[in-house]
Amino acid sequence: MISEPIPTAQPARQMANRFDPYEDNGGTTMALAGEDFCIVAADTRQSDGYHINCRYAPKAHQLSDKTVIGTSGFYADGICLVKRIKQRMEWYYHQHDKVMSTPALAQLLSVMLYQKRFFPYYCFTILGGLDEEGKGCVFDYDSVGNVERVKYQAEGSGKELLQPFLDSQIGLKNRATDDVLDLTEEKAIKIVKDAFSSVTERDIHTGDCVEIYIIRKDGIECEKYPLKRD
Amino acid sequence: MATKTGFNFDNYQRNLFLEHGKENNMKLPKATKTGTTIVGLMFKDGIVLGADTRATEGPIVADKNCEKIHYIAPNMYCCGAGTAADTEMTTALISSNIELHRLNTGREARVVTAMTMLKQLLFKYQGHIGAALILGGVDCTGPHLYTIYPHGSTDKLPYVTMGSGSLAAMAVFESKYKKDLERQEAIDLVAEAIQAGIFNDMGSGSNVDVCVLTKGKVDYLRNYIKPNVRKEKEQVYKFNLGVTPVIKESIRNLVDVVEVNEMEIDQ
Amino acid sequence: MEYNGGAVVAMVGKDCVAIASDKRFGLQLLTLATDFEKIYKMTDKCYIGLAGLATDVQTLSQELKLKVDLYKLREEREITPKKFAHLVSSTLYDHRWGPYFCEPCIAGLDSDNKPFICSTDLIGCINFAKDFVVCGTTARELYGICESFWEPDLGPEELFEVISQSLLNAFDRDSQSGWGAVVHIITPDKIITRHLKTRQD
Repeated sequence: MISEPIPTAQPARQMANRFDPYEDNGGTTMALAGEDFCIVAADTRQSDGYHINCRYAPKAHQLSDKTVIGTSGFYADGICLVKRIKQRMEWYYHQHDKVMSTPALAQLLSVMLYQKRFFPYYCFTILGGLDEEGKGCVFDYDSVGNVERVKYQAEGSGKELLQPFLDSQIGLKNRATDDVLDLTEEKAIKIVKDAFSSVTERDIHTGDCVEIYIIRKDGIECEKYPLKRD
Repeated sequence: MATKTGFNFDNYQRNLFLEHGKENNMKLPKATKTGTTIVGLMFKDGIVLGADTRATEGPIVADKNCEKIHYIAPNMYCCGAGTAADTEMTTALISSNIELHRLNTGREARVVTAMTMLKQLLFKYQGHIGAALILGGVDCTGPHLYTIYPHGSTDKLPYVTMGSGSLAAMAVFESKYKKDLERQEAIDLVAEAIQAGIFNDMGSGSNVDVCVLTKGKVDYLRNYIKPNVRKEKEQVYKFNLGVTPVIKESIRNLVDVVEVNEMEIDQ
Repeated sequence: MEYNGGAVVAMVGKDCVAIASDKRFGLQLLTLATDFEKIYKMTDKCYIGLAGLATDVQTLSQELKLKVDLYKLREEREITPKKFAHLVSSTLYDHRWGPYFCEPCIAGLDSDNKPFICSTDLIGCINFAKDFVVCGTTARELYGICESFWEPDLGPEELFEVISQSLLNAFDRDSQSGWGAVVHIITPDKIITRHLKTRQD
């Protein structure tokens, strides 16, 4: 008789002890490109589980006169990423004696994210600004550097809630009639405000305040719009 | 149909298979949880109960204005936190049993009776019924306030909090609770504790419900404070009629349209 | 829930209610049929939409229809939507330890033609809403868009546009639902059913 080894009770490996340096701090960001302007918006709540860490932790950062970046996901990674981009922009400025353009920055960001392919920055980035021709542009990223130029995009904890609304109002999807989109700056800002107030109603990780960056060819303006705090 | 009592376990084996079967790993849909802040305190002549009104499904708000203070008996109310369906059904069941008890004995039921029924039920289910409760009421022996945990243990304290916002609310109670508060002071303190939960705990939100129980009188102050009314939207998203592409339409009339008169005129 | 996919939404209007669903029947990412409607008529003015595991959707709809018909025979009157909601709730809670994997949305007009909608979770916790209720794999998308589009006191035709646009744009962002949609608008004197043209991907 061949005796099979009798299975003995193995001490259970504690999976919980594995190194896990990531956290999800929630938050929603979005960007939309107009004809000659661009809007980048992000709420300012930073949370952990059911707890609010901070009611004013900006997720959108101005990088130059023509570019704003929005990050959500792990806040520390977002901050670090922005810091490194700013450093690279500084080097670029001294080397080439000009400010980096938005599409160039978009490419750089993609490379920087992919460089950390196997230990990624856990953040979902949107880059918005004006391109070399002065047209609004939005670049959407995943956490490892896949990039796509889009007209409008939502990211973060409220992206599923926000994106269909943008599809309808800016993408004009699912319409039998020939509606034309006449996206003025005022109208776009109204849509952004309503989008965020709606997401705040239903997504617990989004709230407190939304910062709306409006990027025009003559400079960037930041508007703060209060959201519900519950 | 055979009438059976108690729970129905028909799908139990199947669900185990769907979840853990060899080629299956179906994710179970989440039940609605009430992230919740619920509180209760004893004041000079009775009990004040308080609750927020948010129900969540994971990170999503499922109900913005739900009722978490449940009726048990004319002199007794119960706040519920945890799995929403469990708190609802457990309190409804005990409410019926208390009414039957009252009819059997011919006396108004005591709060301890309801508390004992609840803890025995919850203990029987070994914590699987996810109901964390605050029971308050006034009976012939005076005002009583109990907390009942999902596993069936109970506490009797002058001021209590439960749910995910319990720490925020307890912080308020610990710093401001005094013995023999006046009625309005007690209501204000409860409302403040609930609001601490609403604003600092993301599982709690929307409005404040308060219930004041005194000897022979109950005041259920639904939406006592509404600190989170949504602002007017920037614009109205009206669609032109006919914007949605329709393939096929059918109409089922519930009312007979009588055209007899017209036809008679024609003739 | 994620096994078969699906989206259901119900909304309140002025003296009317609307309920809509997609028509996809799939096995995870594979679409098998595009004519699987998830809304069932319970009484003349009360409809239920069930999103979730298709086998349970059908079983539960039949069980509920049986109970509603027995109620009518016993009581000699139609069940009101609110009573029906409690019937659904207790039916689901009966199966607390082996639940049906469905989330129902109920829409109807009561005996005074007052609008009523509600939804429950899979073990029967009722959510009485005054605006809209959603369920299925598209719930998150629907919550966001309905929150923006819904307004109080919409007439039947306006309500149709709002609920259709909400559903269409929501399920286009969900890989597990879509492939056609059906909308029922319940008014005091008639029920309008419309099938919508949608993306087929």
